[in-house]
Amino acid sequence: MLPRAPAATTRRRPRVARTVSRTLIYLALVLLALGFLYPIGLMILDAFKTTPEIFRNPFGLPSHVGLETFREVWRRAHFGLYLRNSVLVTGGSLLVLLACAAPAAYAIARYRFPVRGLIFLFFLAGIMVPIRLGILPLYLLMKHLSLLDTPFSLIFTYAASGMPMSVFLLSTFFRTLPSDLEDAARIDGCSEYRTFWSIMLPLVRPAVATVTIVNVVPWWNDFFFPLLFLQSNTWKTVPLGMQIFFGQHLTNWSLVFAGMLMSSLPLLVVYLLMSRQFISGLTSGAIKG
Amino acid sequence: MTAVRGWFRRNGHLVVFLAPGLLLYGLFMAYPLLTSLSYSLSDWHGLVRGAYAGFANFAKVLGQWPYNVRFWGALSHNALFFALTFLIQSTLGLFLAARLSRKWRGFAFFQAAYFLPYTMSMVVVGFLWLLLLNPTWGPVAHGLRLVGLESWVQPWLGQRSTALITVILVNAWHWLGFPVLVFMAAIQGIPREFYEAGLVDGANELQSFRFITLPLLLPSIAMMSILTFIWDFNAFELVFVMQGASGSPNYATDLLATFFYRTAFGDPTTGGEPGQIGLASAIGVMMLIIIGAASAFGVRFSQRSQTEY
Repeated sequence: MLPRAPAATTRRRPRVARTVSRTLIYLALVLLALGFLYPIGLMILDAFKTTPEIFRNPFGLPSHVGLETFREVWRRAHFGLYLRNSVLVTGGSLLVLLACAAPAAYAIARYRFPVRGLIFLFFLAGIMVPIRLGILPLYLLMKHLSLLDTPFSLIFTYAASGMPMSVFLLSTFFRTLPSDLEDAARIDGCSEYRTFWSIMLPLVRPAVATVTIVNVVPWWNDFFFPLLFLQSNTWKTVPLGMQIFFGQHLTNWSLVFAGMLMSSLPLLVVYLLMSRQFISGLTSGAIKG
Repeated sequence: MTAVRGWFRRNGHLVVFLAPGLLLYGLFMAYPLLTSLSYSLSDWHGLVRGAYAGFANFAKVLGQWPYNVRFWGALSHNALFFALTFLIQSTLGLFLAARLSRKWRGFAFFQAAYFLPYTMSMVVVGFLWLLLLNPTWGPVAHGLRLVGLESWVQPWLGQRSTALITVILVNAWHWLGFPVLVFMAAIQGIPREFYEAGLVDGANELQSFRFITLPLLLPSIAMMSILTFIWDFNAFELVFVMQGASGSPNYATDLLATFFYRTAFGDPTTGGEPGQIGLASAIGVMMLIIIGAASAFGVRFSQRSQTEY
């Protein structure tokens, strides 16, 4: 090791300047974070105020805290119905996606067969292509299959659009499993299906979690496909239902703020409760994509 | 025949494993995307497909008023949308990621703060800022008046000169947390020894960022830029919610996706002529080509700058 230490100290800036620059950077971070959080904080505060109170005093605390406004939104906006629909659509899409992607990824990762590379390429080709650009044929297809205005139009669209990324992530994961496991299962007389279901699938649970997070967030928040596929109120999801509600009550700010808080709450809570899984899931999905 | 049956007995499980996925993906994703190409080359009468029309739909979109004006306008708006978002995420976003990648007191709070808006739906984001930016009653105008900056209060979303920029900034508020997280994860993946070596050579903080972090981050920056590009060239919700399907005022915030939507599905509020499927498909195919070309270029760039360690 060369005696470099003295040279390094002379090159270092004086301690005071360092502290000042550190403080400035810290201050910038705090101000920026406030800028990011403030609109959300304002939404939460104003959700508890009456509309005249919001206009008079947008930044202060509400004069009294009650849940009447939220109850009114729940009743007038059919919020419970939209919530149920959103849960059904997101959950259904996830079930269909996993039921299709996991076995396909397993077959591609663990077996050798003639068209394997071609099938993998076929799935991968869609990874960068937004399914929205095929909306016209998709719309007519749904119309011919009589799926318009049913949750299945959304479920099949979402699940299909999740296939490329999910097959990619899951097959990468399946490939890392040791082949001794399969061999042992086969010797014990397990069928191919049993090996997949009871032995291999439980081992890729982390990848299944990633696939879930990567897909569920955009599905839950999606507005585009519900806008085009759903006409009657029966199956509207939260974003579409609330967009219509906000548009109708745009002058009643109290109601709109309460509705915004109610529609954001499910994901906000999930995110705050499990932010680590959330973050690692979303970033690994993006980087590997 | 027996050979086929024998093959199936040995390999039937492969069919069972692959068929559902191929069917779902083929029918609801590959088929619509591929057919939209042939849609754009046909004549359409409402929802009924007519004869082969060559590139007539493309010629009309690119050359005939008002489609051409709308198309080039929307394209330039999308380009500005991406350029500004890219600028923000690779300056401010990179700065935040570099600062937050070292674990110090309270870093988890900041991480949560920047990412929170990303979990909200575009519908909520749009309406939230519509109220916040209201020039008469909104808190932003209220705050400016309180500190004596009354003259700064403007109908930001209502005038041509500021509407598009405002929408882009609102989108950046929603989006920025995502690139910050991705850059952060990438920075944390850089081995510590690199920085220690830099320190031994006497590099200061700025130099070690410039010569160690930045070059190793290039693949992630390229990947993220592709994602941003794809997202921005598909942007629809925010403009639809805040400015309406025709991108008011007077098409100043019109985007390719809103133009596509009006052409395909019509817009009762602006009297758009609905169901011009051929023209809409031509717009969609051009969006597909733009996005495809950009992502092919980006993937190549990101692979070339990839480093293994």
